[in-house]
Parts: sequence; structure tokens; C-alpha cells
Amino acid sequence: MSELFFTKKHEWVKVDGEHATIGISDYAQEQLGDIVFIELPDVDEDFEQGDDFGVVESVKAASDLYMPISGKVVEINEELEDAPELVNEDAMANWMLKVEVTNKAELEDLLTEDQYKDFIEEE
Amino acid sequence: MENAKKTPLYEEHINLKGKVVDFHGWALPIEYEGILQEHQAVREKAGLFDVSHMGEIRIKGKEAEAFVQYLMTNDIKTLDNGQILYTFMCYPDGGVVDDLLVYKFDREHYYLVVNASNIEKDFQWMKDQQKDFQVEIQNESDEVAEVALQGPKAEGILQKLTDTPLKEITFFTFKDNVTIKGKDCLVSRTGYTGEDGFEVYMKPEDAREIWTEILRAGEEEGIKPTGLGSRDTLRFEAGLPLYGNELSKDITPLEAGFGFFVKFTEDDFIGKAPLQKQKEEGLKRKIVGFELMKKGIPREGYEVYKDGEKIGYVTTGYLSPTLGKSIGLALVDIDHSKMGGTIQIKVRKREIDGTIISKRFLK
Repeated sequence: MSELFFTKKHEWVKVDGEHATIGISDYAQEQLGDIVFIELPDVDEDFEQGDDFGVVESVKAASDLYMPISGKVVEINEELEDAPELVNEDAMANWMLKVEVTNKAELEDLLTEDQYKDFIEEE
Repeated sequence: MENAKKTPLYEEHINLKGKVVDFHGWALPIEYEGILQEHQAVREKAGLFDVSHMGEIRIKGKEAEAFVQYLMTNDIKTLDNGQILYTFMCYPDGGVVDDLLVYKFDREHYYLVVNASNIEKDFQWMKDQQKDFQVEIQNESDEVAEVALQGPKAEGILQKLTDTPLKEITFFTFKDNVTIKGKDCLVSRTGYTGEDGFEVYMKPEDAREIWTEILRAGEEEGIKPTGLGSRDTLRFEAGLPLYGNELSKDITPLEAGFGFFVKFTEDDFIGKAPLQKQKEEGLKRKIVGFELMKKGIPREGYEVYKDGEKIGYVTTGYLSPTLGKSIGLALVDIDHSKMGGTIQIKVRKREIDGTIISKRFLK
């Protein structure tokens, strides 16, 4: 059973046992507009929760991406290199990274889907 | 955003679900459907921009020609009635006050169209330079609305709304008192996109109807309302400068590469001597075009290096929607400005190689 969490920086993380998949929310892609470039880290890179791990660039601006949880990168979505616009098409389905989770307790810092929905309504 | 001024078309932007932002104090849409779609529409079909925020200053009087000539770097005297020219207005040291269009009605009547971000500054500058010139200078910016219809289908679309044969309005000319759907307008064949198109000036109270009529008339051609985002990507691809980026009080028209619009005739103009000197002595820096050789997006302000030494900065850069590659304009030291040369652009944490290419990106 996978659990879905969100951050206030508009990333989502889906946890499945020891692994987690990370992407950005539909709200984020909507705010960014046309995404033209995504820079992702390399496999095996280690990050702490809150580290900036990459960039998503729209026509007008570059936005940093922040790790929702600590982990080691095990896979990146190579499709996004040539087709970054996939994230605009479906932000939840088009994940960016898969990581090996190092500290499950960090999930307590994150928002549930309902909490995230409330959060963006107030923005 | 609550304090931002609204153009007469504000409600239209809301109805069209435009993403409205504060642009130099104006509430205007960055995009509606998306910058890339809107950009493509202008290149292939037609786009309609609300440019009512632009400034309009009318200069009338016996010495209007002499006064405008004195203010501007281009040769105003070459204009025919009904003709327009692009020019710079410079400071005494050759830096730029603004880039603008001068519409000539006759030798005693000129209409100047200036950047929205510089209206107050330009108006004050002109009044300060008036001295003994027998002219009246009126800032009419709040009394006129303007839209820009740009793209290969523009003429066909606009022609549906007027009996005036638009073919007669040739490039960089204008006609006043053109009736568009019963409304009195001034129409010029000018634009800021590199495509064919028209700029239409009207009374603020007529703006909403004309906007709606143009969108309706252009529906079958595939017209789209287009925002500030695509306005910038389009002008950039076409090699057109943006004041604040490629031009400023610290960047001369010669450094920006627009010497063609600086004419050294026997008439004096503000900034003539230093510009003449700069031309004779040669530039110390200039704006070049470049293309990135690896993936990344070169943005305004990013530093440019040559073998570890900082040589300049990016003035505008994008992943070009039309060309599909990352290109930019950069102000660099003259020693490293040769076509074909390699430079390094600091894109966030990386230094990416770039090649200097022609600024005529679309050719």
C-alpha cells in the first residue's frame, strides 16, 4: 500500500516500503506554465530532506526542486529529458526520481493529500 | 497587484483566463493558454496583444521637426507624411533614454510611441529638453488604447473589419481615421514580433469591442489572444531589443548593434558627439548572439566567461520556441565577440560552452 505525501514546495512523494517516487504537483505545473527543461541528478547521488536536487525550467523562469525526504537516487525518469512537457500533461503520473528511503520518520513532516489541498487553497 | 493599473481590456483578460501579473505597474496577462502555444500562433497564424499600457506623446508646433530631430538619433527629416521610423532618444553621454517609434503626420505634428516602463521618464525628459523650441508636448497615454495583431494571417483578419484597403498601409506607415467596425482608429503596419502585423490605436471606450471583433473575425484562421510572455520570446527571436535588457542608460545604441538607427547628419542631436567618438574609436563591448552547445537555458543576468575570465553577461536568453534550441544575447568585451568564437555561460551551477552566432536567429 503506497502512501502519498506532499510538501509546501509542491513536490509529491509516494512511498512503497523502502522506496519512494518523487514528482511535482499538478498545482506546481499549472503555476509554472509550459515546462521546457528539467535537470535531474545522477543515480546513486545522496540527498538530505530539503536539499535542492534539480531544476524545473519554464519558459520564463527556473525553479529549484527540493527533496521531500532524505534518500539515495536509484532511478531517474529519462523520458523527461526530451519531453519535459509530460509533466504539464500529467504531473502525478510523470514522476521525476525514485529513491531509497533512509529515514521514514521524515514523512511526519509532510502534508497528506487533504492537508496539501487546503494549503494550496490558501495560497 | 491591487495597485496595478488596469487597461480597458482587463475584463477580457479575466474572461479569457489570462494569468495576470503586475507588469511595471500594469495588470496584464503573461499568458492565456500557454506561452509556447501563443508564440506558435503568432509565427504561423495570428495573435492579438493588449498593448494599451504603451505610451503615446504628441508633439505639435512650428518647430516640431527640429525638436524631434534634436531628441532623436535617427534622421527624422527623411520621413514622409504618414511614415514611421524607429529611433533612440539618448542622454548627452550616448546612453539610451528609450527606444521608440516616431509617427510623422507632418512637419509640425509627430506622434511618439514609447515603452510603458518609461512613459513618465520620457515625457519629463522631452519637457526638460524643450527649452526655446516652439512646440507643445502632450502625454496622451491615458487617452488611447492599443492592440497589436501580429502574424501571417493578420491582414486577412483585420481586412474583414474595415473598408480601408490595408494593402495601402505598407510597412512602417500608418493611416489615421481608419474605421474598424464603426470605430475611429489609427492603424500602422508595425510590430514587435518579426511577423507581419498591425498596431491599432483607439479610444479606450472602443477597445473591448474591437478586441472581441478581431478575435471573432480571426477564429477561422486560428487567432489566439497572446500575452506578455510570448511578446518577449517573439521579439527576442526576431533580434529586437528590450529596453532594460539590450538598451539602457549604460548601453549605447552602437554597443547594442543598432548603429543603423543612429544617423550622423549635419543636424545635432543629444548624444551625437559621444556616439560619434565611440564609432570612430571602436566599441569596447558589444551585444552578440550565442547558442548553447549543451542542454540548459541561458537566462538574463547569467554571467559570461572566456577561459575563467568574466567577459560579460546575458541580456536575454530562452530555449527558442521556434528554433528548439537554447540561444541568447550577451553584452561582452569586444575582444571576445567574434562570430564563431567560444564562450562559457554560467547557467546556475554549471559553465556551459556557447558559440557566438548571428543575432538574426530566424534567418
